[in-house]
Amino acid sequence: MSVIPRVAALAVGSLIAERSVTVTRDSLVRYAGASGDFNPIHYRDDIAREVGLPGVLAHGMLTMGLAAQPVIDWLGDPGRVSDYQVRFTRPIVVPPDAGVTVAISAQVAELDADAHTARIDLTVTVAGERVLGKAQLRVILD
Amino acid sequence: MYPPAEPYLVAREKVREFARAVLASHPIHLSVDAARAAGYQDVVAPTTFPVVVQEHTLAQLLADPDAGIDFSRVVHGDQRFTYSRPIVAGDLLTAQLTVSSVKNLGAHSMVTATSAIVDESGAHVVSAISTLVVRGEGL
Repeated sequence: MSVIPRVAALAVGSLIAERSVTVTRDSLVRYAGASGDFNPIHYRDDIAREVGLPGVLAHGMLTMGLAAQPVIDWLGDPGRVSDYQVRFTRPIVVPPDAGVTVAISAQVAELDADAHTARIDLTVTVAGERVLGKAQLRVILD
Repeated sequence: MYPPAEPYLVAREKVREFARAVLASHPIHLSVDAARAAGYQDVVAPTTFPVVVQEHTLAQLLADPDAGIDFSRVVHGDQRFTYSRPIVAGDLLTAQLTVSSVKNLGAHSMVTATSAIVDESGAHVVSAISTLVVRGEGL
C-alpha cells in the first residue's frame, strides 16, 4: 500500500514532482486507439498541412492525461483526485523521427488543513514554452 | 439538454489500455490486487478516462444540425473533470450532455458543454466539461 501524503507535512509553493516524458508518433497512435479519437491531424502529415497546421499535433487530451501522472504517483492513489482542469494554450507538434520532450512540474498552490485537500498546479512546457494553462488538480490527502 | 447516451460498460482491459496510453503506471490502474488492497472493487480508471464516455455525448452535439457546429472549425479550448467518486472497471456509466454556455468573441464562438456521468443507480460519478472554440468563417 502506498503512503498518502499528509496535508500537515506540506507547504504552499513546495515542488512535489518533476518529470520529462517523450511523446512520439507511436504515442499518438496508441492514444488514438485507446481513446477512440481518430482525428487524422494526429497522425497524417499531409492532412495536418492541408488544414494549415505546422505539423502533426499531439491530442490535447493525451497531454492532459500524461501531465497528471507525476502527481498521481506522488499522491499514491489515483482515486484521490477530485477535480482536474486544463486550458489548451499551445499545440504540441510531434515530428515523425525523434518526437518531442514534454516537461512537467507540479507545485502545491493551496492547502486546506481542515478538509485535507490541496490544489496542485502543473507547469507543462515544450522547449521552454508553456503548452497548458490553468492546469490544476484538486486532491484529497491524509 | 440532449438525451442520455447509450450506457458505457467500463472494461478492465480498456482501463489498462487507456492507462498505458497516458503513461499512467500506478499499479491501482493496472493490477486488480493493488486496486483491491487500496479498497477498490477493481482497477481505477485514469483521471482523464471519462473523456471516452463523454465523447459519445459530444458526437450528439456535433451531429445536431440545430447546434450548427462545423466540426472542422472546432478547437478544444479547455477541459475539466469534477469527480464525486473514481471510475472503476465494471461501472456501467451513462452520460448526458447539457450546453451550459455559448459566448461569442468576435468571429469565434465558445461553447461550453457539460456531460454529467452517472452510474447504474443514478448516482453522480463525474462531470466532464469541455469548452470548444468554433472558429469563424474565413479564419
